[in-house]
Amino acid sequence: MRRLAVALLFFAVLIGAWELAVRSGRWSAVLLPSPIFVGEYIWGAILDGTLVESTWVTLKRLLVGYAAGVLIGLPLGLLTSTSQFLEDTVGALALGFQTLPSVCWVPLALVWFGQTEGAMLFVVIMGTVWSVIIATDHGARNIPPIFARAARTMGSEGFHKWTRVILPASLPFLVSGMKQGWAFAWRSLMAAEIYVTILTGFGLGHLLHYGRELNAMEQVIGVMIVIVVIGLLVDRLLFSPWERFLHLRWGTNVKET
Amino acid sequence: MEGSPAVSSETRPPKLVIEGVSKWFTPKRNIVQALDNVSLSVAKGEFVCLLGPSGCGKSTLLDIVAGLTKPDEGRVIADGKVVEGPGRQRLVMFQESALFPWLDAFGNVMFGLKLRPDLTNAERRRIANEYLDLVGLAKFKHAHVHELSGGMKQRVALARALAPDPHVLLMDEPFAALDAMTRDQLYDDIQRIWMESRKTIIFVTHNVREAVCLGDRIVLMSPSPGRIAQVFEIPLPRPRDINSPELASYASRIAAALKGSKNGVVSE
Repeated sequence: MRRLAVALLFFAVLIGAWELAVRSGRWSAVLLPSPIFVGEYIWGAILDGTLVESTWVTLKRLLVGYAAGVLIGLPLGLLTSTSQFLEDTVGALALGFQTLPSVCWVPLALVWFGQTEGAMLFVVIMGTVWSVIIATDHGARNIPPIFARAARTMGSEGFHKWTRVILPASLPFLVSGMKQGWAFAWRSLMAAEIYVTILTGFGLGHLLHYGRELNAMEQVIGVMIVIVVIGLLVDRLLFSPWERFLHLRWGTNVKET
Repeated sequence: MEGSPAVSSETRPPKLVIEGVSKWFTPKRNIVQALDNVSLSVAKGEFVCLLGPSGCGKSTLLDIVAGLTKPDEGRVIADGKVVEGPGRQRLVMFQESALFPWLDAFGNVMFGLKLRPDLTNAERRRIANEYLDLVGLAKFKHAHVHELSGGMKQRVALARALAPDPHVLLMDEPFAALDAMTRDQLYDDIQRIWMESRKTIIFVTHNVREAVCLGDRIVLMSPSPGRIAQVFEIPLPRPRDINSPELASYASRIAAALKGSKNGVVSE
């Protein structure tokens, strides 16, 4: 409760400082709108449904792309953790592509898929899959070898060992990998929505983009705030509690982020 | 007391025979010999302690008996068959907790039982409950691993290793990380359980008193390369109290021999 109060106070001060900066008149109100205008925009856009609709469109894309990225990345990460050959090949590839900012996939996606949902999905998957591979690989390599040894003496081999020992043992690390994948998917999708203009769905990124074209800075900043809040909520409500629970029970005291 | 490396002092048929086992490790260019021509025979129902300073190869020897490590020379024969890999008949209880944290105490004991196709599910549950009861943890069957103390964890590990009914129980310094009071309690428990079940046990330790308290026979090993230096019979009646004076006199003699073996001199 205390921590929540401190956080709320901090944000209140931040918004207060912003309002003061606007009132000082040093910057044009068009470039730096007052937080009150931004608040009014967000409230209005929620009421008339544009924000809700765009959030829904964006989250649907995110979910599909993220799910695909995780489904491809988890098994690949587990595989690279088991073999030196795959680590030196697929692992190196993943590391290389992970350093590539996901917006760099947009030109390629546009040429290959055109202005389609497919292009959007491609960028999200490319943004997600490599970081999931690396996090999973790292996690599986950190499993205490004693688990595998104990399992072997009890007669657990092959498929049984993988599903009953290696996979559950690496669960805390898999969740960390999925959390990181989520952050990357979110970034990639915003890049994709800003650069891939399509008519099949009007997402948050598009809203941001058109805010700029209309010179409506309260819309640009308002949408940015919504994007941040969604990212924060998903982390705090979905991933962090799960991660904390697993690390506690598994006794793996990895520092929380 | 005898001093020869290969001993089969019992008239009972050997449960486990270690024949001329040697093992080399190659960390960073130089070759280290961990075990040099080690032979040992263990009778059915015998409690043998492998005692020695760190680096004498006692844990490596246990791994080889378990089938987790392959010997470079020699072989291990269990129940007349050469050991080729790990098997349910020789279960290991490890130094640190090797319990699976994603399962509760009951689930951990069930893990090995579920790998026995000859049992029905009802039998598995009955056996798991029985062994949790035996180690005094019936009340904690649904506790998760992180909720258990160090001593309780090793009790669950003991139940897990005993439940699938292995012929040989291999224990690799299972109490080394526990505090003295918890350990004393576990010495009583392990003796009681051993007298009831009459399992063949090979117990690795570097603690002389622990070895004298538990073992029928103590196999003293010397390092670089790992060899059997001396074998001691401990004819003390059971259950033994680790703080008793008789035990202390045995322990001091063996401790003296241990010092000798560390310096590379084996004296009677």
